Amino acid sequence: MPESQEPEGAIAGTGAGGAMDLAVSEATTLEKGPDGTGPQDRPRSLWSDAWRDLRRNPVFIISALVIVFLVVISLWPSLIASQNPLKCDLSKAQEGSQPGHPFGFDGQGCDVYTRTVYGARTSVTVGVCATLGVAILGSVLGGLAGFFGGFSDSILSRTTDIFFAIPVVLGGLVLLSVVTSSTVWPVIGFMVLLGWPQISRIARGSVITAKQNDYVQAARALGASNSRLLLRHIAPNAVAPVIVVATIALGTYISLEATLSYLGVGLKPPTVSWGIDISAASAYIRNAPHMLLWPAGALAVTVLAFIMLGDAVRDALDPKLR
Amino acid sequence: MGRYVVRRLLQMIPVFIGSTLLIFLMVNVMGDPIAGLCGDKQCDAATSAQLKKEFGLDKPVWQQYLTYMGHVFTGDFGTAFNGQKVTELMATAFPVTIRLTIVAILIEIVVGITLGVITGLKRGRPVDTSVLLLSLVVISVPTFVTGLLLQLLLGVEWGWIKPSVSTDAGFGELIVPGLVLASVSLAYVTRLTRTSIAENRRSDYVRTAVAKGLPRQRVIVRHLLRNSLIPVVTFIGTDIGALMGGAIVTERIFNIHGVGYQLYQGILRQNTQTVVGFVTVLVLVFLVANLLVDLLYAVLDPRIRYA
Repeated sequence: MPESQEPEGAIAGTGAGGAMDLAVSEATTLEKGPDGTGPQDRPRSLWSDAWRDLRRNPVFIISALVIVFLVVISLWPSLIASQNPLKCDLSKAQEGSQPGHPFGFDGQGCDVYTRTVYGARTSVTVGVCATLGVAILGSVLGGLAGFFGGFSDSILSRTTDIFFAIPVVLGGLVLLSVVTSSTVWPVIGFMVLLGWPQISRIARGSVITAKQNDYVQAARALGASNSRLLLRHIAPNAVAPVIVVATIALGTYISLEATLSYLGVGLKPPTVSWGIDISAASAYIRNAPHMLLWPAGALAVTVLAFIMLGDAVRDALDPKLR
Repeated sequence: MGRYVVRRLLQMIPVFIGSTLLIFLMVNVMGDPIAGLCGDKQCDAATSAQLKKEFGLDKPVWQQYLTYMGHVFTGDFGTAFNGQKVTELMATAFPVTIRLTIVAILIEIVVGITLGVITGLKRGRPVDTSVLLLSLVVISVPTFVTGLLLQLLLGVEWGWIKPSVSTDAGFGELIVPGLVLASVSLAYVTRLTRTSIAENRRSDYVRTAVAKGLPRQRVIVRHLLRNSLIPVVTFIGTDIGALMGGAIVTERIFNIHGVGYQLYQGILRQNTQTVVGFVTVLVLVFLVANLLVDLLYAVLDPRIRYA
């Protein structure tokens, strides 16, 4: 792909900033060479190169630690919260922080700390399942359309256009307003239904770029079947942008779940969710802001962690941006 | 140019039909509109059947859709089940939301692009890092939390603004709600402008402009900014539709009686005519805004010519 090689030369040749950056990066590679971080002569793959970059990136380390922590407490919330999130004492409603209950109590007298810890499970489940669904559906549809082109491609492009024209929150309100189930699955199903066009558009573009590469043409000339071309040659080289967008989308899905719960159509009690708790606390915000701040803070940190992880992965996978 | 516009208008037709059909189907799934008419009680079978016939709900969905669209193109968006014309509801709701959207877009353009240019030029400096960090925080905090917190701080604790907006909803009252509505997009605009500026700063034409001895101000505004704005303009253009649709949350927090409020009420009361009518207009706004953005490209970048 001649296009991708050109900018590097151009950057090196232009203003002082570019030359400086290049010099700095050269200096660091030279520095790293001798201390045995990897033999210089063996070509590294995009993935091992990205991994080497990520391990040194503080943003990646911090966000990855936060995410690991979240996953652990959503699997075993009782590790750090010994009480029952559904056991509430009305006589303690809206009370502030006290020993054993660091975050105070909510409007129903439930322990805010316990509910915040248990809420992680819902958010992580919704985020991970919705992202997996969207990524699989979107990349299969987008990838196939990009690979085969022609009529199916036009149909898919027009279909994504249609989905983009409908505001997401609005679609959620309409579709989820009839749902009476209190599980997370309708919300996840809705996100997959309205979210796949975003990924499919990216997967399509990325497959179209990858299929023009010489090695794909060579494999085709050697008689490789379409499925082999797609799985062995195109997919590994086209999946990076999908991973990046999916990671960032994971954060936005968690945020979307909270927004829908705030509007009263997302999750419903007795499910413990940050969105439900924030929504309930918004009525008492003047008297007891702590009820809103703790779950909202947890939500913000979670979303931030996924977005920063996505940012770090993108920087590592896209050497052009460096 | 003329031919390009015609082609784009033709391309809009299938998207318009598809989106409105999709929302029509979704609203149909939403439940029996007649049930909403009888309030909390069950309708008796005879009344229900008669009402269905009256509203044409006994016909198949595709036929209902065609009839509805036929009416829409003669300017008749139907009647809400409380007897009010949907067009009347629109006449009161859209001006409010349009004002809110204008405030939000202006904030995005002025604050977002300014911050983007500053951070793009000072890449890696403390001001860049702090704005970048702040933009990440703004993106991560959901809009309704930002809205509730600003309402609490500015409206209740410090008393700078009224916590809820009056029915007139003048521009002055809409500044804080507009900021809330714009917040996430504002962060994206800043980041987009920053990346774009930082990329183009090293380009040949900027070096040439500097070498010609042009004043710094002129290089930045006329050469660098103009060429860096294309992705930003695309984003803001697609954002107009999203802002008007996303105003549901903001309008709910600040009690603004605009499009989002009417839609929310329409969905809660299963008022299908209102929902479909408002969404149809929103889809049109989205499509037209996208078309205008494509035409703006030629203004920003003279190399782009439409045959």
